Amino acid sequence: MTTVTTASRIPIDGPIETPWKLPYRGNIGMACLILAESAIFIIFVVAYIYYIGKSLSGPTPAQVLELPIFGTICLLSSSFFVHHAVTSLRKENFRACTLHLAATVLLGTIFLITTAREWYHLIHDEGLTIKTNLFGSTYYSLVGLHATHVVVGLIMLSLTLAFSLAGKIKEEHSEKLEVLSLYWHFVDAVWVVVFLVVYVIGR
Amino acid sequence: MTTTPVLEAIDETLETQGKPPVNVIYEWLTTVDHKKIGLMYIVYALIFLVVAGFEAILMRIQLAIPNNHFVSPQVFNQLFTMHGTTMVFFMGMPILFGMGNYLVPLMIGARDMAFPRLNAFSFWISAFAGILLYFSYFGASGLYAAGSAPDVGWFAYAPLTSKVFSPGHSTDYWTLAVFLSGVGSIGTALNIVTTIICMRCKGMKMSRMPLLPWLYLVMSGLVFVAVSPLTAAQVMLTLDRYLGAHFFDTQAGGSAILWMHFFWIFGHPEVYVLVLPAFAFANEVIPVFSRKAMFGYPAMVAASVAIGFISLSVWAHHMFTVGMGPAGNTFFVFATMVISVPTGIKIFNWLATIWGGKIIFAVPMMFMVGFLFQFLIAGLTGIMLSAAPFDWQLSASYFVVAHFHYVLVGAIVFSLFGAFYYWYPKVTGKMMSDTLGKWHFWLFLIGFHLTFDFMHVPGLLGMPRRIYTYEAGRGWDTLNFIVGVGAIFQAAGTLVLVYNMIHSYYKGKEAGHDPWDAWTLEWSVPSPPPSYNFAIEPTVNSRRPLWDLKHPEDPDSDYE
Repeated sequence: MTTVTTASRIPIDGPIETPWKLPYRGNIGMACLILAESAIFIIFVVAYIYYIGKSLSGPTPAQVLELPIFGTICLLSSSFFVHHAVTSLRKENFRACTLHLAATVLLGTIFLITTAREWYHLIHDEGLTIKTNLFGSTYYSLVGLHATHVVVGLIMLSLTLAFSLAGKIKEEHSEKLEVLSLYWHFVDAVWVVVFLVVYVIGR
Repeated sequence: MTTTPVLEAIDETLETQGKPPVNVIYEWLTTVDHKKIGLMYIVYALIFLVVAGFEAILMRIQLAIPNNHFVSPQVFNQLFTMHGTTMVFFMGMPILFGMGNYLVPLMIGARDMAFPRLNAFSFWISAFAGILLYFSYFGASGLYAAGSAPDVGWFAYAPLTSKVFSPGHSTDYWTLAVFLSGVGSIGTALNIVTTIICMRCKGMKMSRMPLLPWLYLVMSGLVFVAVSPLTAAQVMLTLDRYLGAHFFDTQAGGSAILWMHFFWIFGHPEVYVLVLPAFAFANEVIPVFSRKAMFGYPAMVAASVAIGFISLSVWAHHMFTVGMGPAGNTFFVFATMVISVPTGIKIFNWLATIWGGKIIFAVPMMFMVGFLFQFLIAGLTGIMLSAAPFDWQLSASYFVVAHFHYVLVGAIVFSLFGAFYYWYPKVTGKMMSDTLGKWHFWLFLIGFHLTFDFMHVPGLLGMPRRIYTYEAGRGWDTLNFIVGVGAIFQAAGTLVLVYNMIHSYYKGKEAGHDPWDAWTLEWSVPSPPPSYNFAIEPTVNSRRPLWDLKHPEDPDSDYE
């Protein structure tokens, strides 16, 4: 075999900045995903705002929508718990981590149930479906897109909770749990926008 | 000690060659190596290049003489829909992502992408999307009613895509294929950004990174904010078609203009998603063949980032004729014209790099000179079209078709071909034939100018696009015949390229690890690079690490 020239011969002289530290790839990857998802949400939000009051037939948002205050409080406070799950894992307090994760999953599930009840009410009592009018089309797609993200987050959080209960989560996983918490914070932040657009401005 | 892992990696690569074909195929299907995935992207895109090119030839045969009945109007609609969709989503994006996949880790001194399995997933979902689109030929009206491809144009304007105007499932195949290709693109873009930010080798600060990764970074950023809206719009269209929603249903108060906005919010930045990698190839090839360092590196980076941002505010110049009103039109006229400033900076920097250089006219450099010249002309007709009154006259005419093909073929494809000749030795370890390369260049150059120079004229004479035939005696006949002849020349050139690639793989002369005497990290490893690329993670001190290695008496790092 001939000697292979490798770039490892390159440092000839001159100091290299030490320590050479680059960001954790999970965080950057999640930031990219959040950027892409934000663009998707923006398109749905723009469609919602563009079509406010343009439905040719009823029902209108003012007639059927109620402020989901309870669900909103549950979802937004779950952000606090997932944050503390990460910090307690970093401090190797596994019991606190499990408890905080369980609280997050519980609050997320409560939020999802309030959305489900709202949809049940709208479909069965008010007769509003995605076909009914522009309000129905934009409402179900925007709120449904958010709910889909909640479901995905809940699946991942529940898996983490299961691992945590089985005692399989250690301090070295805290970076990864932080990535998941970033996603959950994003889902919460999107809800703030959806809440304002659909339930405050849209009504 | 230093070479052992390299030798092991080479042994690993060589082991593949003795294995039965089934195992080799299995290895390719399950690979997560960025180089193999990059190559699969390129091969898959080349197949679609030939398919979509064939569709273009069929269209040009149909239009070569007046009153032609070679294909029916329905088939013609399918041809231009499939040609446009395939070229953008299943040729352009995959081939550029393939090049990025192959080159970015090598150029930043990384051993693989940040998320290798996501990388494989992105490739396979894109490949599946392409197959799904072409399956519509058989599946869209049931297996026994072949020939039912989408026929709504690659822009799929509402309400043409509503159930009333597009019965059957052809439009659904289009929607799903584009949606899935969007998922794949976002995955790959995410991977490229993360790789560039988190996997650079020691000493490679952002300010020392080669320009190719820089431009891929900007391009991937654009993918997030441009492809995602299209993906969202495809979901809305699918909801309209399957669940009876009313987003683009004008009968229920929905808006067709909103679809245009959503589509062009994707559609215009998409041009820059495609052209930024083309700039990236030029940035690597032109300095090496001019034997000079890139002129104005910081200006090039700044111009690329500026293009990325400005390109997000120009989408409605595709919509001057829909009646946005003077305020809207004026804004988009100026936004569009502003983008020529960073683009001009780039052209001047390339010229300044060539200026006074010791120019070597090898095949890659020939293609890059073609790229520079044609990109300039495309920019000039672009400025013409960005003036709203001029655009009103020529909207939806062949002038527009000629303009954007000048960008897409004259700039992007020329740069891409140059990149093929430049990096082929690295990928295969063999040189591509110079004679065949020159044949390819001249055939393609003549064909390109015959087709797209002459296509401007029927546009100015009032020939609309998307018509399947026309009356004789309008002054379009001869011009269209010449355009058709040019298309045949281009096809011949492309076939020479494909032949050259296959022929050189078996018969080409050995390339060695650095045939062009280049300066970036990918030329420091053997050709083809072993798995995991680098025996030891490299350390760099300047923008041209191999120059420092070859000229220890005058290293670049002294000047930075």
